[in-house]
Amino acid sequence: MRLEPRIEAASSIWVVAPLVAVAASFVVAAVLALAGGASPLSVFAAVIKGAAGTQFAFLETLTRATPLIFTGLAAAVAFRAKLWNIGGEAQLYAGAIMTIVLGTGALPLPAPVLIPMIMAAAMLAGALLLLGPTFLKTRFGVDEVVTTLLLNFVMVLFVSMLLDGALKDPMGLGWPQSKKVIEAAQLPKLIHGKRLHLGFVIAIGAALIVWFINARTTFGYEMRAVGFNPRAARFAGIPVNRVMAKTALLSGGLAALAGVSEVAGLKGNLTLDLSPGFGYTGIVVAMLAVLHPVGVIAAAIFVAAMFVGADAMSRTVGVPNYIANVMVATALLTMVTAMLFTRFRLKLR
Amino acid sequence: MVESTDVVLRLSGITKRFGPLLANDAISLDLHRGEVLALLGENGAGKTTLMNILFGHYVADEGSIEAFGETLPPRSPKAALARGIGMVHQHFTLADNLTVLDNVMLGTEPLWRIRSQRAAARARLAELSETFGLVVDPDTRIADLSVGERQRVEILKALYRDARILILDEPTAVLTPQETEALFATLQRLVGRGLAIIFISHKLHEVMAVSGRVVVLRQGKLVAERRTAETNRHELAELMVGRPIPEPKVEAIPLGPVALSLNAVALAGEGRARLQDVSLALHGNEIVGIAGVSGNGQSALADLISGIVQPTGGALSLFGQEIQYFDPARMVAYGVARIPEDRHAVGVVGDLSLEENLISARYREAPFSRRGLIDWKAARDFATRIIADYDVRCPGPQAATRLLSGGNMQKLILGREMALSPRIILANQPTRGLDIGAVGYVHQQLLKARGKGAGILLISEDLDELLALSDRIVVMHRGRMSMPMARSDVTIRHLGLMMAGHGFAGEADAA
Repeated sequence: MRLEPRIEAASSIWVVAPLVAVAASFVVAAVLALAGGASPLSVFAAVIKGAAGTQFAFLETLTRATPLIFTGLAAAVAFRAKLWNIGGEAQLYAGAIMTIVLGTGALPLPAPVLIPMIMAAAMLAGALLLLGPTFLKTRFGVDEVVTTLLLNFVMVLFVSMLLDGALKDPMGLGWPQSKKVIEAAQLPKLIHGKRLHLGFVIAIGAALIVWFINARTTFGYEMRAVGFNPRAARFAGIPVNRVMAKTALLSGGLAALAGVSEVAGLKGNLTLDLSPGFGYTGIVVAMLAVLHPVGVIAAAIFVAAMFVGADAMSRTVGVPNYIANVMVATALLTMVTAMLFTRFRLKLR
Repeated sequence: MVESTDVVLRLSGITKRFGPLLANDAISLDLHRGEVLALLGENGAGKTTLMNILFGHYVADEGSIEAFGETLPPRSPKAALARGIGMVHQHFTLADNLTVLDNVMLGTEPLWRIRSQRAAARARLAELSETFGLVVDPDTRIADLSVGERQRVEILKALYRDARILILDEPTAVLTPQETEALFATLQRLVGRGLAIIFISHKLHEVMAVSGRVVVLRQGKLVAERRTAETNRHELAELMVGRPIPEPKVEAIPLGPVALSLNAVALAGEGRARLQDVSLALHGNEIVGIAGVSGNGQSALADLISGIVQPTGGALSLFGQEIQYFDPARMVAYGVARIPEDRHAVGVVGDLSLEENLISARYREAPFSRRGLIDWKAARDFATRIIADYDVRCPGPQAATRLLSGGNMQKLILGREMALSPRIILANQPTRGLDIGAVGYVHQQLLKARGKGAGILLISEDLDELLALSDRIVVMHRGRMSMPMARSDVTIRHLGLMMAGHGFAGEADAA
């Protein structure tokens, strides 16, 4: 058995690969369900019902998908230019901090002014947070995987410091949490009485904007050229370092919006458990989407559905919800393998 | 050369298909004891496929191979080696960190033996060196050898395994003219001792110089067989390409004004300087050829003029204006077209489409973009035009560029660069690895640009090419550049000596 390069990729792979990935994740989940002493079909039924079976479940899936779309886009944008931004978590918290700083009454402005201002400030904070590692990378060749990853821990500790100091809610009974954002800073709910909020719409809009940037702008073209072959790009006259810096600004800004969306749209205040790893899961989302911004929406909803559905399933069927992690991981591995076959074919001999 | 009649290797009716492609079409040939048989053909003519079949890497669909009267089993490189067939690859297969002796012995010893046969091997190697005049120190590490010496080790390796048939695949691609001469002398000694040699090449003058007989492959077919003494370069070239080849005609035209001038340019490197005290004036309507063994400062010079690096001393001026800040985009803006040495790694972004690559130097300006938005229709129109004008064979402007053959990729790069109406052209190894048809095309384009007033710097390791195209020639050695010489004043022999360092300051007595 060996791999041979393909002349041209079959276009059907873009349809087949995601379906195979989802199917593979269910097959593996079936094995685990059996091991957990439950019938696979009842587990699947419970997962699907829990993720999309009721209006409540479906809206919950979309709510959970919202931050993942932002962090997924952040990873997709950066990875396309081969800027390995693993710091989505830190940038998310940077956005969350800005939301609290500006949104808890410091600026008594009406919502149509305040919300865009918070978003802009948050994006700036997230962008600057990634600009540092990018500068170290382009200037001194410091590996950004290491620097962005480590900044996540720095940032979590920084948030912890703020929550016990400058941003601590004096009425919080001593809990490490911030004040709630004022009403004008809250992202309105899309449906009255439900949790799904404006952040979801903004996330979809962001994905479409990134798509447009990729497909139509010189910046999108530059990111692609630099990502595929920085040497040739530089030779052609593309300012590689500047493109990297711009990519970092966009990527960091997108991840920061996840923080805004969670604080201003859902939680209302900043706590240390704001993000259960949305920054890292964003990487999975981006890879599942093969870095395509519209694919990110679908991948984020899939991943969110698995987690939300598995939570519900574990309550009814009794199989641990860790099964969601396995299903997402299987889908990712299948997808990455499938992408190999866009460029190679398997030759049996 | 004495030709004996006994056949040592016989290929009969070898046919090999790759899908719809007929790589070898019923090829039959005999190799005799004591002869050098040249296998001539362009890239893709089927030379490599044929040799891979001979070596058992591929299995022929039809036909058979006999070595020394016995049929060679298919799919068995071991059998080929056992019958005394040895191969010297274009890219050497030596372990750099081992000594010559270790490399020669590698793979000839059984895995489980307590005492190594080093002493015997050493004696054997010394004897072979002596017999065939292949002098190398057995205890030197490969990494410390010159390219010519490494090739000698490859040949010794084959001889050590009792090769009686030696196949050399493009053996001169990496050698200086002097090293090439030494190789040819070695080959004559080998055939004098009864070996048979297949010499694979597409360089005509070498085929004429070294072989006794020539077979020409074209599109998988054996199209001609000639005694070398009864043919000439011109006939062979036509047989190889299948149509008459026009020689590049360099018309005498008056020089234009100075386009590019280098004044005592220096470029520091790690350890040795990459460029030292390089001065040159390139005029419009002129081709200046830059000769030299690769790694003697040519790529540093190319990087400099491409805008990739900043000189550490001296000055570079374009049209009388000294360049202060070096940047590829700025060089393009000054009208410098750049054909890089490495097409795949630097010339194009393989994973981008043809149209995306064609706009890579100009995507910021109209008509390709307005206010940051790319006009893909303009890009496609431009790409379609270049593809047609430069005869780039491709599935279409949206195909991935990595799918193109070397020749078509080079045409694409030429088209992109020539579309800038350049006033200076830096052509770094523009024809390396291309077949004759594509080489002729590139030459024509360069001469056309010269006629239109461009000044061209042609960096090449192919001396024939330099002598055919250049108005003046300079030689580079260890980062220094010789005085320019008019083409009519130089010979290959003279250039070869200078490439080895003769006539350069401080090493007049070198080599």
